[in-house]
Amino acid sequence: MPLTPDRKRQLVTAALVAPAGLWLFVFLVLPFMAMVVFSFGERAPEGGYQAAFTFAQFANLPSRAAAFWNTMMIAPVGAFLCLIVAYPVAYYLAIKSNPKYRLVLVSLVVVPFWTSLLVRTYAWMYILGSRGIPNLLGMIGIEDVRLLNTPGAVLLGIVYGYLPLMIMPIYVSLEKLDRRLLEASADLGAKPVSTFFGITLPLSLPGVMTGVALVTILLLGEYLIPQLLGGGKVFFIGNALVDLFLQSRNWPFGSAIAVTLVVVVVIVLSVAMRVAWKVSGSRQVDLV
Amino acid sequence: MTKWYRENAPITAENLTDEWMRLKRGSVTRRHFLGVTGLGLAAAVLARQPGLFNSAAYAGDLGTTMSLATWPNYHDPATFEAFTAATGVAVEVNVFGSNEEMLAKLQAGGTGWDLFVPTNYTISTYVKLGLIDPLDMSKLPAFSQATESARFTSEGAIDGTTYALPKNWGTTGMAVNTAKIKTKLTSWKDFFEVAMTEADGRAMVHDYQLTTIGNALVSLGYSFNSIKPEELAKAEELLIKVKPHLYGINSDYQPGMRATDAWMTMCWTNDGAQLNRDMPEIAYILGTDGGEIWTDFYAIPKSAANKPAGYALLDYLMTPENAVKEHIANGAPTTDSRVLALLPADVTSNKIVYPDEASLTKLEFGAAVTLTDPARAELMARFKSA
Repeated sequence: MPLTPDRKRQLVTAALVAPAGLWLFVFLVLPFMAMVVFSFGERAPEGGYQAAFTFAQFANLPSRAAAFWNTMMIAPVGAFLCLIVAYPVAYYLAIKSNPKYRLVLVSLVVVPFWTSLLVRTYAWMYILGSRGIPNLLGMIGIEDVRLLNTPGAVLLGIVYGYLPLMIMPIYVSLEKLDRRLLEASADLGAKPVSTFFGITLPLSLPGVMTGVALVTILLLGEYLIPQLLGGGKVFFIGNALVDLFLQSRNWPFGSAIAVTLVVVVVIVLSVAMRVAWKVSGSRQVDLV
Repeated sequence: MTKWYRENAPITAENLTDEWMRLKRGSVTRRHFLGVTGLGLAAAVLARQPGLFNSAAYAGDLGTTMSLATWPNYHDPATFEAFTAATGVAVEVNVFGSNEEMLAKLQAGGTGWDLFVPTNYTISTYVKLGLIDPLDMSKLPAFSQATESARFTSEGAIDGTTYALPKNWGTTGMAVNTAKIKTKLTSWKDFFEVAMTEADGRAMVHDYQLTTIGNALVSLGYSFNSIKPEELAKAEELLIKVKPHLYGINSDYQPGMRATDAWMTMCWTNDGAQLNRDMPEIAYILGTDGGEIWTDFYAIPKSAANKPAGYALLDYLMTPENAVKEHIANGAPTTDSRVLALLPADVTSNKIVYPDEASLTKLEFGAAVTLTDPARAELMARFKSA
């Protein structure tokens, strides 16, 4: 039977989507379903999972309220700080920099990704530790400054680690910006500041939203940076999960927390994206 | 296929010497050596005769790689290089910060470990869960039960079956940088008080429920192993009061102590000896009010992929000549009197490694129940998130 063009197109689409779809099903949907099943179970006496049907794990969620709270606070704050640092960089790269060197400069933003975040975070441990910056401060008479293992060090590590993820989407949206709009604005007598707030910023909002969403989502699961730069004293939900699976081996409770985290993230993001659409007045928000 | 006429002929004495020297220099693998010299085949045949080869463990096919799970700063890297040179098996080393983590990985499965280092109080749980094999002592001729100190090694055997062989014993005390802290610490009570005063922002506790909760309990006059709710509640109160004053909650405290970011920490014998060796101002102190005494063991997981290599490395490490190098490097005290006899006097006279018997009397071995007690696990989570 000869295929109609429509049917053929559907088959091609299906064939192209199948690998990714299968991948997501096997490595995302199935594990998530296993996690949901586990979250209604019980911890076996020596740790692990034992089949049961109970809501006890979800009832126990308040015992990790502090970790949830820390995460919910640090994620937007970290994303906002990233944004403040990233925007001028992206603006410079997209608008002000010499086009001849632009490619090189943009590559420099990506270069840190060639080294693992773990190694770079360890490097910060040495920069912030006694033999690093505090040692230099000691030479000019400021003694016994402690930078490592403070919430400030965690924030610094977060901004450093996630900066490229914020710069890139903003850069892309600024680069697409039609320069004639800026010229028109100047011709009509607008000062640079009002051009920025009236034209540049609103038109780059989709990039900003993408960057904020990307960084926020990743920060909600962050575990490494608080562990290494916070000295284990700054406890995020990611750290709570690691402890539950690797220390107390309470898989059902860990699963319940993970499921809750996923649900919370989905709700927060949908609301945030809706607000973002309204604010930017367009439906151009990427992601979600 | 044609062959040169000499190819299958026995090796000449001259070539044998050449190949032996190449092997010793490490230019060729043991496997190559055994292959070209024909010794491999000879050994394989001879090994079937019991009693002919006392290192029976090396006889089988050991493969080319194996995996060991152990603790940070706990081995002499030269030991593994020598083992590789002797057997052709490369050792991949994984380090962990707590027994809980090792147990969690083995419970989840698929670790690929052929040998690992559990602490005394965890062995009964591993046996109960069927995660480790009884040891086949015929493959471990280098081990000598008669020269072991029963006080430290008894927990390796359960109902007469040996599941684990001792690596070394040790204590959990406190390492104090005496250049920074002038107060003389003698007890865990002192430790927590100084942590909130003179060492404010400079003290570390382990990211490990057994020792952090245990030492807090000891400082309050309770047992290191307590799981009584009212005593745990008191320990929690103390820990949460101390937390804002701490530098960190981390079992990898050597970097912080060496950089003098941290001035004092809960500390294991071997780390204490290493820190004191390199920085004499760091003292290692046992609590007069109590604390932990422990033995670390070697055990072979049931799921091990390369058990012959696991046995081979274990036997290698039980050989006194090899063990003595390990003990000199890592600074933990030995359980085996054969090794003790070989150790240099400056090691055996080191009071950090071999403290006076009197200072050990109040110390307690960890109890199996602490490993699986949910109340202690939850206490630790509340402490860390407070």
